[in-house]
Amino acid sequence: MGRLLEVRNLKTRFYTQGREIHAVDDVSLHVDEGETLAVVGESGCGKSVTALSIMGLIPWPPGKILGGEVIFQGRDLLALAPQEMRQVRGREIGMVFQEPMTSLNPVLTIERQLTETLEAHQAMAPAAARERALEVMGQVGIPDAPTRLLQYPHQYSGGMRQRVMIAMALICGPKLILADEPTTALDVTIQAQILALMKDLSRRLGVAMILITHNLGVVARYADRVNVMYAGRVIERGSARALYATPRHPYTLGLLRSVPRLDRSRKQRLDPIEGQPPDLGALPQGCRFRARCPYAEKTCAETDPPLVPAGEGQWSACWKWEHLSTKSA
Amino acid sequence: MYGYIIRRILLMIPTLVGVALIIFVLMRMIPGDIVVLRLRGEGGAQVTDEMIATERRRLGLDKPMWRQFNDWMLGIAKGDLGTSMWTGRPVIEELDNRFQLSLQVALMATLVAVLLAIPLGTMAALRQDRWPDYVVRVFSIAGIATPAFWLGILMILAFLIVFKWMPPIKYTPIWVDPVANLSQLIWPALATGYRYSAVATRMTRSAVLEVFREDYIRTARAKGLMEHIIINRHALKNAMLPVITVIGFEFAFLIGGLVVTEQVFNLNGLGKLFVSAVGTTDYVLVQALVLVSAFTFIITNFVVDLLYAWLDPRIHYR
Repeated sequence: MGRLLEVRNLKTRFYTQGREIHAVDDVSLHVDEGETLAVVGESGCGKSVTALSIMGLIPWPPGKILGGEVIFQGRDLLALAPQEMRQVRGREIGMVFQEPMTSLNPVLTIERQLTETLEAHQAMAPAAARERALEVMGQVGIPDAPTRLLQYPHQYSGGMRQRVMIAMALICGPKLILADEPTTALDVTIQAQILALMKDLSRRLGVAMILITHNLGVVARYADRVNVMYAGRVIERGSARALYATPRHPYTLGLLRSVPRLDRSRKQRLDPIEGQPPDLGALPQGCRFRARCPYAEKTCAETDPPLVPAGEGQWSACWKWEHLSTKSA
Repeated sequence: MYGYIIRRILLMIPTLVGVALIIFVLMRMIPGDIVVLRLRGEGGAQVTDEMIATERRRLGLDKPMWRQFNDWMLGIAKGDLGTSMWTGRPVIEELDNRFQLSLQVALMATLVAVLLAIPLGTMAALRQDRWPDYVVRVFSIAGIATPAFWLGILMILAFLIVFKWMPPIKYTPIWVDPVANLSQLIWPALATGYRYSAVATRMTRSAVLEVFREDYIRTARAKGLMEHIIINRHALKNAMLPVITVIGFEFAFLIGGLVVTEQVFNLNGLGKLFVSAVGTTDYVLVQALVLVSAFTFIITNFVVDLLYAWLDPRIHYR
């Protein structure tokens, strides 16, 4: 499979109240054609900012991309002129946002919001655009599409709105979809439906997907590969399978241990990661996870560990990855 | 929707009766008696108490309050606003030309305000904290700080000194002679429209700024839409809701609220009539004017509510 997107050493910072926030600090990741990459991490680890940086949607002020490359199909998106970048958005890369309740415009019909993307990129005539809108509505499983097309977002439920968002992202036939926590705002019962739909569409249409989530359960079921982010960095990378079997970073290990599991005794306590992630405006020297890490030692306080190969197809940014006790608690 | 419109129109009746009751009582609490004022006003010391009593009886002021109110309301129900106690002419005649004039000035001022406020406010929001924003902000703060009458005086002085010209003083309806009409009324419309636009510009600016922070604007960007489509289609329609409220309120105020500006431009509008009617405690005329203003406010609010429903599909009236 060919390489579709390669992000190299991306640095995005925000400047607020005289402080410099290192939201994304030297992040590299890649997506191959048709695959699903999960980006996992807790709130504020820079996963959404990474996605917005790829899309060129970081608002200035307060945010700015300071360095790096975003190579998409051989072109560096960061070097494109605004007009060229506009042509990439919506046409070659679609995006699905977290909040389907607020991400659709309340005063425009669903038809208007679906077809305008086609008008913007393919100069499609209204009748043809309407046909295409009906087609994607069918693909994302919205019944009674001809009627639903004329309705407004408030007439849709949360799950249906997220289907509209997915239809909107797909309508121009993009190569890549960025889904930023697409199910976080939905009912648990709907979450699985939406994810299964996205996975199915991605497979059938051959669209690659970057799935941003904090939910490890989602990763296990729907992702081919995983990048775990912490405090603006990728700290572990590998196939979803390998990551579950042999986590090579204490943070990943901690995440896995803090997930409640049905197959364990109810009396057994969860094992949370103690402490808070570091302040991105005042990062400590050395490893960023050090303060919360049970394996931390002197080296960790001195030098920031680079992301290095750690076993079969896995990468870890930990000095001690070989010494982690991988048997899960 | 039609049911809603009919109910709103029917609801206007109790509102207007309430307003009528309040102004009726208030007028009678003001010291000063129109009969005494009119008959003895200019050295008429020889007017006897007898004559005053007769005149009071003729005007119906000797009847109990509730009867007076009742008579007034019945008259209005029949479309008769009464007769001015001061001039003896029917109120409807007193209002006729003046209402036309005030309505036209208010409409033109609104037009000026909308044409200035929406482009300027949007531009300021899009260039927030850069020079176009500062220019617009100075322009609009100046508009709020400048009284319309003062601007009017400057205008008239400029015409007199520079062009040796003065706007016509006599009112001509627009359908009789548009040029004469506009050359008289466009100046007060501009003077009041500027102040009015200042308020609306600031409202537009903040509404657009707020809408631009919404998630759906980010979605529109993610779709790769052109910036002008994002602004016109996605942002402005949402931002117009608070702006329309301000515009409606100001419009209703302009009808009957332009006392000083009418004085400066020597216009015979409702504002001027209002002041003189209060000065002479002309009960009937003041009451009619208050009702007309209240009616304008109610109608304007109603129209604003309908515009809301038209702009925002989430608003449904049943």
